[in-house]
Amino acid sequence: MKFAILVNEGPFNHQASDSAYQFVKAALAKGHQIFRVFFYYDGVYNASKLSEPPTDDRNVVANWGKLAEEHKLDLVVCVAAALRRGIKDENLAQGFRISGLGQLIEAGIQADRLVTFGD
Amino acid sequence: MSLLHTVSKSPFERTNLQSCLKLAKAGSSILLYEDAVIGAMQGTAVADLVAAAAKSCKLHVLGPDLAARGLDAGKVIPGIAVVGYADFVDLAEQASAVQAWC
Amino acid sequence: MEEEVEAGAVKKFMYVNRKQPYGTVYALEVLEMVLISAAFDQDVHLVFTDDGVLQLKKNMATDGIGMKNFSKTYRALEGYDIEKLYVDQESLDERGLTEDDLLVDVQVISRAEMADLMDQMDVVLTA
Repeated sequence: MKFAILVNEGPFNHQASDSAYQFVKAALAKGHQIFRVFFYYDGVYNASKLSEPPTDDRNVVANWGKLAEEHKLDLVVCVAAALRRGIKDENLAQGFRISGLGQLIEAGIQADRLVTFGD
Repeated sequence: MSLLHTVSKSPFERTNLQSCLKLAKAGSSILLYEDAVIGAMQGTAVADLVAAAAKSCKLHVLGPDLAARGLDAGKVIPGIAVVGYADFVDLAEQASAVQAWC
Repeated sequence: MEEEVEAGAVKKFMYVNRKQPYGTVYALEVLEMVLISAAFDQDVHLVFTDDGVLQLKKNMATDGIGMKNFSKTYRALEGYDIEKLYVDQESLDERGLTEDDLLVDVQVISRAEMADLMDQMDVVLTA
């Protein structure tokens, strides 16, 4: 099955991005396809390459990037939400791309299920 | 097929669980995860409400989130299934759509 | 379920608004999603429940808080062929509001009817 994932919270303040990451890993392990992971609202902060958590904690931003590289995931950050919050190509982490909200609607249309994490 | 409703916030902090229970139709699935897992435990102030919902809907609670919070999976309300992330994926697959109450 | 969705496919999208405007950004950014989905010619439904009913309150005056009043946008939705707006009576009642307090035409339905409607959707986006 094709899943689309929507992440609506930034890293660390909320568990949403971690839960989405665990869900995506579990779905991939079951042989499902991840059509796209879309980051909206404060979720765009998941794509900041300036994030530097302590080394004994998980690195949410880097983990998404690694997973994207391993599984050729399409990680898309909403441009309007990103510009509001100071996420631009200059500070975009590896594995992410910035694009329009249409990418979320398209994911909703193309994927069999859209699963949302965070509000 | 019916909806999978997901709830991630504690019923003692927000009313997401209460709103979900008002709008979840009989036969639909509900998954409590993240801070919402406290709502699945016996002996809480919302236990009666949740136990009643478990009679008409299929209730699930995410085991890794219970464990992370030191909550005993053996003490969840009878009728609520303790599940993992792989089951979360299955629940989403089996639903017609997923409604996140957050 | 695995077949490709054809280009031009129409799905039932529902946007569930549960929060007040201004206190958080969700109402504004949901509107941005709604306007984009209109461009994709999808079957769009907007639901206002819980505190979300306050997004449609008449007479908003935001000068005093230094924020943009975006409530006019709800009136403009009709121009994008987004005409399926629903409010549940119980959420109005809980907040001491009536249909007359709302700035756009909506269908006031019961929570049970809202549950039925939600159950028919392909994609549900909530904030």
